[in-house]
Amino acid sequence: MVSLLNPLKMVYATKRPKGKGKWYGIGIDIEKCIGCASCARVCKVENNVPNEPFYFRNWVEQYTITNDDEIIVSSPNGGIDGFTQPVPDEEIYKTFFVPKMCNHCAKSPCTQVCPVGASFESPEGIALVDQNYCIGCGYCLQACPYGCRYVDYDKGVIDKCTLCYHRIKKDLDPACMMACPTEARIYGDLNDKKSAISQFIKDNNCAVLKPQLNTESKLFYNDLSQEVH
Amino acid sequence: MPVQVKRLLIVFAVFIGLMIGLKVIFTPESWREYGAYRGYALTEIADKEAKYVQMETCVMCHDSIGELKDQGMHINLQCELCHGPGYIHIEDENVDMLIPEDDQFCVRCHAINAARPQDIIKQIDAEEHSEGEECIMCHNPHQPGL
Amino acid sequence: MDKNETLYEALANLDGYIYPNEIALNWDLLIVMYPYVTGLVAGAFILASLNRVFDIKALRPTYEISLLTALSFMLVATMPLITHLGQPWRFYEMLVTPHLTSAMAIFGFVYLWYLMVVLLLEIWFDYRYDMVIWSQQKKGFMRFVYKVLCLWVFETSPKSRKTDEKIGYFITVVGIPSAFLLHGYVGFIFGSIKANPWWSTVMMPVIFIFSAMVSGIALVMFIYMGVSYLRKQKPDMLALDTIAKYLLYILIIDFTLESLDQIHRIYEADESFDILKILVRGKLFFTFFIMQIGVGVIIPVVTLGIMQFKNPREKIRRIIYWIISICVLVGIFYMRWNVVIGGQLFSKSFYGFTSYKVNLIGGADVWLSVLWFVVPFIILAILLWLLPPWKKAEELED
Repeated sequence: MVSLLNPLKMVYATKRPKGKGKWYGIGIDIEKCIGCASCARVCKVENNVPNEPFYFRNWVEQYTITNDDEIIVSSPNGGIDGFTQPVPDEEIYKTFFVPKMCNHCAKSPCTQVCPVGASFESPEGIALVDQNYCIGCGYCLQACPYGCRYVDYDKGVIDKCTLCYHRIKKDLDPACMMACPTEARIYGDLNDKKSAISQFIKDNNCAVLKPQLNTESKLFYNDLSQEVH
Repeated sequence: MPVQVKRLLIVFAVFIGLMIGLKVIFTPESWREYGAYRGYALTEIADKEAKYVQMETCVMCHDSIGELKDQGMHINLQCELCHGPGYIHIEDENVDMLIPEDDQFCVRCHAINAARPQDIIKQIDAEEHSEGEECIMCHNPHQPGL
Repeated sequence: MDKNETLYEALANLDGYIYPNEIALNWDLLIVMYPYVTGLVAGAFILASLNRVFDIKALRPTYEISLLTALSFMLVATMPLITHLGQPWRFYEMLVTPHLTSAMAIFGFVYLWYLMVVLLLEIWFDYRYDMVIWSQQKKGFMRFVYKVLCLWVFETSPKSRKTDEKIGYFITVVGIPSAFLLHGYVGFIFGSIKANPWWSTVMMPVIFIFSAMVSGIALVMFIYMGVSYLRKQKPDMLALDTIAKYLLYILIIDFTLESLDQIHRIYEADESFDILKILVRGKLFFTFFIMQIGVGVIIPVVTLGIMQFKNPREKIRRIIYWIISICVLVGIFYMRWNVVIGGQLFSKSFYGFTSYKVNLIGGADVWLSVLWFVVPFIILAILLWLLPPWKKAEELED
């Protein structure tokens, strides 16, 4: 009942710990991404994601802006099947890859709308799904502005990127972070101002996706173009 | 109070009592431990098996390959990117890891694409460059400069 | 796997770019049925309250039918949701540990409140005296059934009947905002999703409530004529004309609200407008312009509007009412379709569309949806047999 009385509590997924607690953030450097989709491929293996081209915890998109101001976006099997250029070099004005994944928002709409509390954010700021409690209603799917969640039809529950919580707790890196050959992906503790992610945000002009929705996304992109939605 | 109202109040009291009883019985134990969710879920998720073991673990036995890789451009590449997850192999070394022979492994990163930054990665047009030969005929995957 | 087949089909019919996880439409026909059924409940109840609270005596013949219709649809209302869940047996979790920041979490409680406190109580108070009489008249098993239904209260004095009426009136007054809550929260479930610009509007709960009233009134009109036909009785034309009048008024209000929403959207033309324009003109053209607006609003409003000035013969009026009530019911179904399915057809990247084909043969969602629409009629038949409104005792003289 308290949360009904305090409307702010409806928006915060979990409180950022002051002092010693970790508060995970993610950084992706679009300048360095080569679109190999190793991150997408490795994630599917590590997390037992069904291999069909409809379920992704993370995926890579290619944006091509032609000289005629046409925006072409493609993500063949999430990028795992390799990219092909949609138009020849002469017609391209600008093109780049954008890896996408769960933004682990601090004010995540997905945790706000779960009717049973199966979608929640851990105290460290990682948005997780309690698959033994989830009823599979799919409300969180509709509420996520970034399209990060999918239905695992074998289990009848919702699944999503967990920032490899099971690996982080064993002092390993998330699968996608370790897989990136060009070190375009970084993660770490935002509370620690000397961590790699904090330095990344300081040294680069970072942006988040859909800031107007006030999800306080913790996935910071360097070199994010305005065509990326 | 009219008798029908009294009877209804009894019925509703029983019903509400039942609902409260069910709530007490069925609420999971770790509910609200950290927030509006089952606290035990954190442990359940953390206990899942990690499949990729990362380079440091591979190099503990395969140190010569590790040193070779450190001399070349592939220094930052994880072994398991091409060889697959290592969690079974480190338990039972008789189980073989994947040994890639297909060119697709190299082309994934090195195929020419306008979106790939030229200064980050060398790119080749697959057919022109290799003229039908396999990549590993000329390049050592662990130290591609050789 | 059956699901994957439909997904590969959708994959082949993509338009532009959508997020890979969006190819599969998760909220399918069953989720279209749910607001439709709860809308019918709320609307039928509002028609009953027009008689009880707003004292529109012309609607008296339809009072009990409205309530029983609302009850039969209410009993089924939760089934489309439960059958849609990925883990249906875990549905009780919403009642045991509701997550209070979620609009969907109040579903269990609003449902129970509306069912137990409003509908069941009102019907009980309305029929209590008659059930006591019937329990005395019937024999055998039915005698026992009526005794149980009376909760073993056998008062028949005029004083107790006056108490019944007063309490029934009070419950109906409470029931009106409860009906708004029951269907308004469904609108809020959609209207509060900022991620989806087709759904995210302040008007959504209001539009849902008014379209619910429209569909409920049309349903009672249809059922009243159907029941009269089956009983080989003439329906009370004054009641039907009054129902048609209120149908017209509320239909006009509903259309005004929906048009306001769309005009506002077109005028502001924010980031999402370009993709939504293509959506409405393309994939939703048939369901939006032809079915929802054409069949569901234009035909009924024009016909009923003309009938306010030029009243045709009774027989023709009845035929027109049959057709109009069906048109409105179909139109409101498509309104729910456009909201639920339409909101998932376009990508949240605003760059493309996916597709949704209703699998008429073998699609589980289709058969279940049809089932959950047909079962309430069966329940209504049973209720009308158990509690026939035409066999009730005379009303108390004041």
